[in-house]
Amino acid sequence: MSSNEVQAEIQYETVIGLEVHVELATKTKLFCACANEFGSEPNTNICPVCLGLPGSLPVLNERVVDFALRIGEALNFTVPQRSIFHRKNYFYPDMPKDFQTSQYDEPICAEGWIEVDGERIGIERAHMEEDTGKSTHVGGGGRIHDADHSLVDYNRAGVPLMEIVSHPAMRSSEQARGYVSELRAVLLAIGVSDVKMEEGSMRVDANVSIRPVGTTQLGTKVEIKNMNSIRSLGRAIDYEVERQTIATNTGERIVQETRHWDESEGITHGMRSKEGSSDYRFFPEPDLAPVAPTDEMRAAARAAIPELPAALRERIVAEWQVAEHDARVLVANPALSDYAQESVAALASGSARDVVNWCTGELLAYGNETGSEPNSWALSPIALAELVGLVGDGAISRSQAKEVLAGCLAGEGAPSDVASARGLAQVSDEGALAAIIAGVLEANPDAVAEYRTGDEKAQKKKRGFLMGEAMKASKGQGNPALLNRLLDAGLA
Amino acid sequence: MRSAVEIAAAVRSGERTARSVAEEHLATIASREGEIHAFNHVTADAALAQADAVDAKVARGEDPGPLAGVPVALKDNLCTRGVPTTCSSRILDGWLPPYNATVVERVTAAGGVAVGKTNLDEFAMGSSTENSAFGPTLNPLDLSRVPGGSSGGSAAAVAARFAPLSLGSDTGGSIRQPASFCGVVGVKPTYGVVSRYGLIAFASSLDQIGPFAATVNDAALLLDVISGHDRMDSTSIAASPTALLNDGTDVAGLRVGLVTELTDVEGIDPEVRAAVERAASALEAQGAIVERISVPSCIYGLSAYYLIAPAEASSNLARYDGVRYGLRVDGDDVYEMNSATRDAGFGAEVKRRIMLGTYALSAGFYDAYYAQAQRVRTLIIRDFAAAYERFDVLLSPTTPTTAFKFGAKTEDPFSMYLSDICTIASNLAGHPAMSIPFGLGSDAMPIGVQVLAPALGESVMFRVARAIEAAGGVA
Ligand SMILES: [Zn+2]
Repeated sequence: MSSNEVQAEIQYETVIGLEVHVELATKTKLFCACANEFGSEPNTNICPVCLGLPGSLPVLNERVVDFALRIGEALNFTVPQRSIFHRKNYFYPDMPKDFQTSQYDEPICAEGWIEVDGERIGIERAHMEEDTGKSTHVGGGGRIHDADHSLVDYNRAGVPLMEIVSHPAMRSSEQARGYVSELRAVLLAIGVSDVKMEEGSMRVDANVSIRPVGTTQLGTKVEIKNMNSIRSLGRAIDYEVERQTIATNTGERIVQETRHWDESEGITHGMRSKEGSSDYRFFPEPDLAPVAPTDEMRAAARAAIPELPAALRERIVAEWQVAEHDARVLVANPALSDYAQESVAALASGSARDVVNWCTGELLAYGNETGSEPNSWALSPIALAELVGLVGDGAISRSQAKEVLAGCLAGEGAPSDVASARGLAQVSDEGALAAIIAGVLEANPDAVAEYRTGDEKAQKKKRGFLMGEAMKASKGQGNPALLNRLLDAGLA
Repeated sequence: MRSAVEIAAAVRSGERTARSVAEEHLATIASREGEIHAFNHVTADAALAQADAVDAKVARGEDPGPLAGVPVALKDNLCTRGVPTTCSSRILDGWLPPYNATVVERVTAAGGVAVGKTNLDEFAMGSSTENSAFGPTLNPLDLSRVPGGSSGGSAAAVAARFAPLSLGSDTGGSIRQPASFCGVVGVKPTYGVVSRYGLIAFASSLDQIGPFAATVNDAALLLDVISGHDRMDSTSIAASPTALLNDGTDVAGLRVGLVTELTDVEGIDPEVRAAVERAASALEAQGAIVERISVPSCIYGLSAYYLIAPAEASSNLARYDGVRYGLRVDGDDVYEMNSATRDAGFGAEVKRRIMLGTYALSAGFYDAYYAQAQRVRTLIIRDFAAAYERFDVLLSPTTPTTAFKFGAKTEDPFSMYLSDICTIASNLAGHPAMSIPFGLGSDAMPIGVQVLAPALGESVMFRVARAIEAAGGVA
């Protein structure tokens, strides 16, 4: 056997570690009073400090520490009495000081974990650091080395980031996606970030390596960047694992490098790097005092933590009898799950499960389409409870309810008003419906006869036809459950 | 010529106008600045406008502030809004700061009149102002000699009576050494007493702004104005020294330690040692108890300093890359532009220190150099703490010699570095220290005596300084 064939029989295990950068949703930047805002005119949210002008000095935004403490609490981190900032030195034109103020060997959060699908994933650390500005390379090849010129927007310079670094603890792209989804849900729930991967307020880099199953030494890791959704994270990891497996099986050596995910081509590219390996010459930032959270700050952060997604999901599944999947969709959107909880609390009749179905179906879609938040909707949580009640009481049908919901969202009023204004009401009067059924049976003797003599298939067909006629005769307002029961009785 | 204290009193009482004070000093500058070159930039028009504003306040019966009408010269590494701020470097060519340093704001708010920006060794790296990109400052007492550095322009401005007060910055002796060479008083306050916001950083953990003046009390007047917490500087301390102006001269019963490692060693000119001993005797005569004391780790200060300061500088000076402000020399791509700009913009000493600091922080060398230097720093702080259990203040020469001649040390950087041997330990410890002129050497150049005190010990330090001043008389 050739050595290639021997290698081809080896089974590999995937090892994934994730570095997640999250922009914190504070009002101001990390070290100055400039607005922390996405989408402003370029170079409008700037000052001597975030421009790194000569003589300027950083002053730590206490809100960032508060947010970091919340993250520490929610992700089960140890928050030491003291952490410090370091300078990470390297030249880059969108970095005003040509060093990044970050944390190094004494981060604010050390050794935490998050539970993903029943398994604890270890998180090595989470630390505070400043974001860089944003470069746009114009003309030429469109990259920093070959552009005609570059434009730099420093609005983002100094925006507070938390970098959350997992252990190389994940074994599949699915698990990695689950980790990011859960992390995202937690960060949203505790209100520290809007975690939008598309807008870059959450950026995920993956360290991927493979090793023979049963071995414990880590393989050479490759860092992949530029994934802009959880889905593309999964695709990029799968591609990279396959690339590494093929390379290893054909005797190629995996080199430690950073690779760029190309979403449209579905592949990773090695990034051309001009410098050799970087030496960031970390040293403690002399312009900042150590971060030493007081007991009061810790207590305040703890108090700001709501029920976390895992617990909330568990409770919703148990108390509301909804599917795990629906609970996951709902809880991934804290504003919507608050909305649903308020609505369920106001339910007089109808089921909590219906509330969740509306929330994760029509309402989630409406929110995404209109880019609106639940608290701005014309349909209040209490009104949704009323709508669910109308269906539960049989006053309107589910299909009518959709129309009522649209009317409510359009600002036409409370559900009962919209239903009556649009002439939507379900007929549940047994006497009236019985008369309709009797009329339909009388008008269609052939169908009734075929039903009675036909096989199962023919019966089903004819019964459907008769039911449609009955619904038509009721102008679509007959209570379907009642009509069905009465039709069965008439055909018996 | 009157002291700053007297000028402020005269302007406040309406006896003199701030404008006449400004005009008189601008005239002195006009007559001698050509040969001394204390300034990179004289702001005559702005000074007259500020003086007029002070006079208007006096006329309206408002309080013009404790520095009413007193001309103040500012070291050219302090940011001044709309006024060139160069650090005596070509790399900041054309840059106009959009903001004032906190000390500049405080001086102006106190009625002080800024007369110009003074020359320095490029980015405050040096001990003679010979490293200025715009040519050296000359010692007003002997034009063949250096004024010291790096705040040579600020020391010379006071010695030449261009302004009764000036501000400098002291990273390893850059206020005290030129004060000693020019025969004026120079103070490095406790680290954190004066805000560094707007001071262009050399070595952030060592830099501290302080005053130059002709008298101890004038220095106290200015330090009172500029000290105090500033929320823009995270290393600024909340507790400031109490008012130092007119804070007494009584030294009876004070314990004064003469530091043997800084006084009794080779390299200290015997004349300088004799002057320090005379100052000690003068204090004894006024009731102080003087003893010799050993602070062993002091001798390692210079080595530690020349690792820590360049390391921090290598990072602080990275931002001068041609991208946002100052000099830009074009290159084929952005990194070529960065290199070409820095090559053309920085002088030899700045480049030497950036290289030294970059090396000290590099992977594999960090523990042996930077981390080791920080351990020495801890040791120095411990040794001083032990000394201050026995003594209220310490005494030493400010510099090993009087002002040297131009070119005497430019060929050998290490001999230049040695001129800071007596001053560096205070920066490493973060303690206050000041230089008081005390007699002349046989070369007719002034000798400086250094008083060192524990953190926030400015009050006792100034008392001892006044006693020394009273004994020696003002030159
Ligand atoms: Zn800013």
